This record gives sequence, C-alpha cells and structure tokens, in this order.
Amino acid sequence: MRADRALRILGLAALAGMVATVWLGLFVTPNAVGYPDGTVRLLYIHPPLAWVMFIAYGMATLSSLLYLWPRTRHVRFDRLAGASAEVGVVFTGLTLVSGSIWGRPTWGVWWTWDPLLTTTALLFVLYLGYLALRNVPGEPETVARRAAIAGLVAFLDVPIVFFAVSWWRSLHQGPTIDLATRHSYVHGSMAWTLLLGFVSFTLTYVWLMAHRYRLAALRDRENDEGLGAAIADRWAEAVR
Amino acid sequence: MLRDALLVCGKDLRIELRSKVGLNQVAPFAAAVLLLFGLALGPTTAALKPAAAGLFWVAVLLSVVLAVQRSFAIESADSARDGLRLSGLDPAGIFLGKGAAIVSQLLVLEALLAAGVALLFGARLDGALVLLAACVTASVGLGAVGVIYGALSSGARVKETLLPLLLLPVAAPVLLGATKAWNDALSGRPGQADVWLSLLAVFAVLYVAVGTVAFGPLLEDA
Amino acid sequence: MESGGASPVAWAIHMALAVSLRDAVALAGRFPLLAGVTLDVGEGEIVHLSGPNGAGKSSLLRLCCGLVPLRSGSAVVLGHDLAADRRAVRLLAGYLGHETFLYEELTVEENLRFALRASGSSAGEAGVQAASAMSRLALAGRLPATPVGKLSAGQRRRTALAVVVGRRPRLWLLDEPHAGLDLEGRQLLDEIILEARGGGATVILSSHELGESGAHPIADRVVQLAGGRVVDDATGTTSAEPRPVLPPAAEPPAAQPPLAEPREVPAPKAQPASQPEAAHVA
Repeated sequence: MRADRALRILGLAALAGMVATVWLGLFVTPNAVGYPDGTVRLLYIHPPLAWVMFIAYGMATLSSLLYLWPRTRHVRFDRLAGASAEVGVVFTGLTLVSGSIWGRPTWGVWWTWDPLLTTTALLFVLYLGYLALRNVPGEPETVARRAAIAGLVAFLDVPIVFFAVSWWRSLHQGPTIDLATRHSYVHGSMAWTLLLGFVSFTLTYVWLMAHRYRLAALRDRENDEGLGAAIADRWAEAVR
Repeated sequence: MLRDALLVCGKDLRIELRSKVGLNQVAPFAAAVLLLFGLALGPTTAALKPAAAGLFWVAVLLSVVLAVQRSFAIESADSARDGLRLSGLDPAGIFLGKGAAIVSQLLVLEALLAAGVALLFGARLDGALVLLAACVTASVGLGAVGVIYGALSSGARVKETLLPLLLLPVAAPVLLGATKAWNDALSGRPGQADVWLSLLAVFAVLYVAVGTVAFGPLLEDA
Repeated sequence: MESGGASPVAWAIHMALAVSLRDAVALAGRFPLLAGVTLDVGEGEIVHLSGPNGAGKSSLLRLCCGLVPLRSGSAVVLGHDLAADRRAVRLLAGYLGHETFLYEELTVEENLRFALRASGSSAGEAGVQAASAMSRLALAGRLPATPVGKLSAGQRRRTALAVVVGRRPRLWLLDEPHAGLDLEGRQLLDEIILEARGGGATVILSSHELGESGAHPIADRVVQLAGGRVVDDATGTTSAEPRPVLPPAAEPPAAQPPLAEPREVPAPKAQPASQPEAAHVA
C-alpha cells in the first residue's frame, strides 16, 4: 500500500514536472538567438529524451549482468531488464522523432547522418531485436537467460557503433550538431527549464518502469499459480 | 577446448564439402545480390564504381546470415542444441569451431565476390594488402557474432526472421569499418585505412572473447 | 524410505542407486511434462517404462540425461545432483531418442568417429571403438561408407544405437529403441542391452514391445507412467533377494510381474503413488 501511494505521488510529480516544462518551454522562455523560430523549444525535450534512453539501456544492461551473475541471479533483474528495454525503445523512438523535427527547420532535411542520430537509430533497431527475442516463447528461465546474453552482446556493440559512426562523420563535411555550442546559449530561465525537463522525464521513466515491472511480476505470479492447476490437470490424465 | 574446436570445424567443413550448399546456394545468392545492385544503380558504372566497396560488404553481410543459418541447420534440424549439448563437446570449443568454419567459407566467398565486383562494377582492386586485412578481420568478427546469434535463435520457430533482425544491426560497425577500409584502398589511400582496420580488429577480438565465455550458458537454456 | 537427514546425493550413492528421483517436476513452458515423479533405479537394473502416449516417458528419459531442467523436487543421477549441475551427467549417460543427432552428409563411420571423439576418445581409440560398435550392430559391407542421409530409418536407428554402444555409458536411456527395427534388429538390441547390464550398466528403456506377461521380456521391472507421474512400480523380484549382476540364463516367466492396470490416482498432493524400492546389488 505504501508502495502504491509512493508510486502515485511519483506519477503526479512527474506529470506536474512535464506540464511545467511544457508551459515554461513553450510560453515563458525566450527565443534563442541563432535558432529558427521556436526550434529551441525542442531543446527542453530532445536531450532529456535521449538521456532517459541512455539510462534505460544502461539499466537494462546492468540488470542483465546481475541476472547472469550466479551470486545475484534473481528473476527481478530479468523483469527489470525487460521493462527497461521496453521503456528505452519508446524513448528512443521519441528521441528520433524529436531530432527529426529539429532537423527540418534547422537544416531543411528530415534526416541527417549525424553520429548521435545514426547511433540512436541503430540502437532503436538493436533493441527492437532484443524485444523480439524476449517474445519468443519458452521457459521463463530460458527466455530470461537468452535475453540477458543478447542484451549484453548488443550493449557491447553500442560504444563501437558510436565511435565508428563518429569517425565516419569526422572525415566528411556536412551539417553537424554541436552540443557544446548549443549549451553555451543556455542560461537563465532556459537553463532551469532544461533542468526541469531532465528531472521530469527521469521521474516519468521511473514511474513507467515501476508499472511495467509490476505488470511483469503479476504475470509471473499468474504463471506460477497456474502451475499448480496444470499439475493437477496432468494427474487427472492418469485416471481412467 | 581447442581440440574440440578443431573437431567441430573439421566436421562442419567436411559437411560443406559434401553438401556444397555454400558453393551451390550461398555464393550464387551473393552473386545475385551484386547483379541486383547493378540493376538498381546501373547501367553505367558511374554510380556503381564509387559504391563498389559498400555494395560488396552489404552482399557479404547478407550472405553471412545464410551461412549462419546453414551452420545451425545441419545440427539435426530442430534439436540442434540438444545434439550439441549431449555430444560432450566443450561449448567454447563448439563456438570456436563453428566460427572458424564460417570464417573459412566467408573468405572463399569474399574472394569470389571481389572478382565479381571488379568485373561488374569496374572496380580496380588496388591496395590488396589492406583489402585482405579488412576481409580477414571483418570475417572473424562476423563469424563470431553470427555463431552467437545463430545459437540464440536456433531454438525458436521464428528463427529465420529473428536471426537477420538480431545480427545485422550488431554487425553495422563491421560494415562501416570494412567499407571505409576498402574505399581507402580502392581509391589509392591505403595508409588511411588504419583506423578502420583497428576498429574491425577490436570488434573481432571483443566478440570472439564474448562468444568463448558466453557460449556455455547460451547452449544451456532448454 | 529416505533417511531424514541424508542429502539426496549421499543417499543415492549409499544405496547404489543409478537414478533417484523424488517428486521431480519438469516443465515445457507452462505444461508439466513431469508432474512429480518418484522413482529409484538401482545400478544394474533394466527398467521398462510403460504408459500411454503423452505420459511423460520421453521426458523422464530426457530429464535423466540432463537435457530437461528440473523445476522442483530432487533428481540424482549417477551420483550427480541434477538441480545443481545438469551437464556432468551427459557424458556418463547414453541417450537414444526419437531424433538421431546424426549428420546426414557424413557416413556412418564418420558419424561414429565424430561422436566418439567428441565424448573424449582420441582419434585412434575412436577408430577402434567405432569398428567394434559397427560390427556389433551388424553395420557391415558398404554401410559404413554410406552417408546417413541415404540410409533407411532402421539403419539410422542402428547407427544411433552404435554411437551409444561405442561410448559404453554407465546409464542407458533408450526411448522406444525397438521402433523401426526389424525382428533381427530387435533381438540384437535385446542382446546388446543384456550385455550392457552384464558390464555393470543400468538400462532404462521405454517400449511398446510387450512379452506374454505384458512387460518387456528382458526387463527386471516395469514402471507405469501416466499423467507425468509414476502410477505403478512393481518389481520383478522382491527386494529381499539379491539382484544378480550377470544376466541369468533364462528369465523364468514366473518372475515377471503381472501387468498392472494404471490404477486410480489418489487425491493430488497426497503420498507418492508407489513406494520406491531400492534394489540391492549383490
């Protein structure tokens, strides 16, 4: 019960934070110099989305590791990994969309092969594959272990992908997003709004994770309780 | 472990020699891919020649999927993992052996494809040393990742669609590195390929290590 | 019955049990393949698993060679606790299943040599073992050099059996081994099983081959499975008699148990349906 209340408070806080971010971002903060009309508003959403994406995948990988390590093997880590990956994929999609929306007025294109965007797109596909693997039917421990290994293997690829794409881009001319210079424009109310954005999206992530985790736990419990009935049915087969 | 690896590699290669699936099916598939590229981007080599390296490696990547599927299909169809587990072979040895067999087949395939690319796209195969180094490191990396994902998906009934979905994104850095290395070699700047070759090498070493360690638990799930 | 304090492994070793299962449950997804099996098999016994289709005979055999994970209960096979380590038992047990685990493109001899080398023999030993196994299974003439893909089902069965024979495991797990064999093949198989027992191995086989008394002629005892559990476990000889290690000259029909019909299962979660009987090796 306490957990429920805490969760509800968390959800309300996240919601409040998001509403505040949107309001501040859209109406209160000024337009920044050098950005086409209004696109700076995306600044309050896009980096937080990307940030949540990274912590989601990081969490999924950490949970996978903990699950595989014999000393800490527990089904809760498998559930965490799955929940985190799902939320991560959603946020990756949103990151891509928001990045694309940024790109259109700024450079006139819906897509650019920028290192970050490309890495994000690959992450999207990588983790979609991970989720597909989790959905393959099998024994719970089987699925958990298989997914944990796949998650680790995929995650190891992420830094390699990032470096590869960065090198790839650095050898070519072309539009680049320079995060450093972007942040130099951020000060005052913009900085606070940005911080609020990070915080509220993180809260939203935690809230979503908690619910997704609980869903997984309930599903497992349903399976376990079904087991007793399944065994009784099986015994009944023997009765002629 | 090495003894088992040699045993498995020899067995896989012997089966390939007998059945010639690689020769009769995978190689023609790769050739068909090249032809399709030609149709899509031709008829002059204006678009094909600069893209030759990329097209080559895309064809290789698609062929790897087939090669991996074949490698696991020979293990008594549906009960692939059961047979391997019952055999008493060291899992790391199975990984290395199967990987080595796939790498060998890949190298042969790449040689054929290189000839195809030279012929069809008008590419001149300069910088042969870099080309070769790229082929070797890329193939080792692809073989390693392929065997890992092949084992992961071999138990599933959706394995035919699952394997490409899992394998291709992870192999993206290999595609990138190998293509860039080949581009540098083909356009006469083999020295610049160092960074790409080291990327390929890191990938290969990393995934061979991961596979060697993880293959035991991987085989174990049901 | 089990002594209260001893670990299952220690108990099994003490009583010279090749297989000792207590309320073993194994799942496939949500379906209980085995819904609480309690069974003891002494070293050197030949046990016939009987029961309708879907009763769990194959699953029980697969559990014993470590292919199927144990969900709950205890299982000790050849001194190894399957809950702790399934892999150790795989080299010690020889499993003959419905699928043959043979490579279609390789010849009979190549398959045998590969399987034997995989289970630890050196190249030279494998050659010798393969030759003797092939001759024992009457795989002669042009057969050894024929790819398995070209063989008939019965010949493939014999090849798969040759793999088991060549490995000389301590525990034989045979899933309907007589299926697909002709009369000669079946007699050969029976001889081989008796030879194996003579060499100290334990054999558990499931078969639809029944003798006059309803049990397989060479079996020491019949275990009835149904609904993933043991419903009847009658022994050929009483536990007071010492079990001979060498195969008897002829199994007198009187020693065979009458075929027991699958009885009504007592209320679920009650005592195990049968008393596990430990066999003593003379």
